[in-house]
Amino acid sequence: MRTPEEAAPARGERDLTRRGFIVAGTAAVAVTSLTMISQAQPNANPAPAAALMKIAFTVNGTPRALEIDPRTTLLDALREELHLTGTKKGCDHGQCGACTVLVGGRRINSCLTLAVMQQGAEITTIEGLGTPEQLHPLQAAFVRCDGYQCGYCTPGQICSAVAMLSEVQAGIPSHVTADLNAPAAWSEAEVRERMSGNLCRCGAYSNIFEAIQTFAGKRP
Amino acid sequence: MRPFTYERARTPAEAAAAAKRHAGAKFVAGGTNLLDLMKLEIETPTHLIDVNGLGLDTLETTPEGGLRIGALVRNTDLAADARVRRDYGVLARALLAGASGQLRNMATTAGNLLQRTRCPYFYDTNMPCNKRVPGDGCAAIGGFTRQHAVIGASDACIATHPSDMAVALRVLDATVETIGPDGATRRIPLADFHRLPGDQPQVETALAAGELITAVTLPRPVGGAHFYRKVRDRASFAFALVSVAAIVQRDGSGRVALGGVAHKPWRVEAAESEMTKGARAVVARLLAGAKPTTENAFKLKLVERVLAAVLAEAKGARG
Repeated sequence: MRTPEEAAPARGERDLTRRGFIVAGTAAVAVTSLTMISQAQPNANPAPAAALMKIAFTVNGTPRALEIDPRTTLLDALREELHLTGTKKGCDHGQCGACTVLVGGRRINSCLTLAVMQQGAEITTIEGLGTPEQLHPLQAAFVRCDGYQCGYCTPGQICSAVAMLSEVQAGIPSHVTADLNAPAAWSEAEVRERMSGNLCRCGAYSNIFEAIQTFAGKRP
Repeated sequence: MRPFTYERARTPAEAAAAAKRHAGAKFVAGGTNLLDLMKLEIETPTHLIDVNGLGLDTLETTPEGGLRIGALVRNTDLAADARVRRDYGVLARALLAGASGQLRNMATTAGNLLQRTRCPYFYDTNMPCNKRVPGDGCAAIGGFTRQHAVIGASDACIATHPSDMAVALRVLDATVETIGPDGATRRIPLADFHRLPGDQPQVETALAAGELITAVTLPRPVGGAHFYRKVRDRASFAFALVSVAAIVQRDGSGRVALGGVAHKPWRVEAAESEMTKGARAVVARLLAGAKPTTENAFKLKLVERVLAAVLAEAKGARG
């Protein structure tokens, strides 16, 4: 009988195995779908495969060049092509914020932009903010404040909060800013409003707020 | 997502000409609504013309003392501009009431105007929708209509326009500047830009095929106190049940437009002569002829109460 340690492959191997399984599974589904279409429309010409396009941008300081289907979102390019799986796919429709990355320092939903639209862009993902050995101070604050439960929204929360604080520093107002012509005062309401594009289904909001508060040096 | 070809246009004229060459082409700028709909195959362009490189991303004061907003100015940047915050507060407030920080960083001025409805039946491809498939029928009529239009709807469509920004632009008498595929430019008052559904709910704006928005211009500032009051099911990041954009002058006169009630930003200039008489008098004319359903009749009362709150706040501020 094997011990659990022997039965489980090393972390990297297990991830590769899971990835291989998912890719194989997706391919099988794609083949099935094509078969169904060709059966349903025996005389229709199959849709031409999209021509691949060349794209180059910088991700976490490293120049990257890809040849991709123009349908590929930035999110899918990061995850599936560059294997930067820290950025998460949640809703894939811009409603949850799990895919938040920084482009030119600004936070965006990477699921709602095409990779081909980011020619020449400077992209920062969670992998570019910190590493397990050297956490970004906001990552450290999330750990310290327990700003998550399952952790799936966390990379998006952290990328979003980093850019959100830059927006406050740049004097960009929010929906709850009382006076449009004065700098926004720091308040819980301001942080909550500005972070409303990042959902946490575990409901760790109070601790996420604490982590942001700690990082921003606003904790009493 | 259906396959498409992609190109980056370098000038507005080049973009409009490209749209003429490709019958199934769409312009893409922020992409926040178009890509969402392409993933659902509600939008199925065969060619995408990326207009992000056109340089239409500046704000300029016009010779008349107004403001010319480039089509590609992002919602965040428009709301943060000092002139907008000082002179067109209703616009800054409307922008900040919409979407999320991430989406406002992507969404453009022109794209915001061209948003499609968030009617759940438009989004549900298992349901009939005249906007998605002309002649298909409307599942919203007789369906769950809490979010839907209470005025200006038709037997073909009861969807609302989702934009907050457009409601503020309507109250500010904005003008949309465009360039056509033949290179001709024209100016469309915002009042004439969005359409009521009638029997062609799939036609949402006055834009011709391949016509590209290049800018939105605002007249000289009109002063007054600016308000954008939005009521929604969540405190943030949700579409309006109703919204009220208002500019109130010191003598109590002013302007008002509504969001969340119709297929376009809703303004009836004649109703504004009642502003000094109070919200009930204004709304009686503003929403005259409204045909709500039992599920959204609350919007009529809600509009009146929100406008009453706005007028009270304006009066309080005047002292």
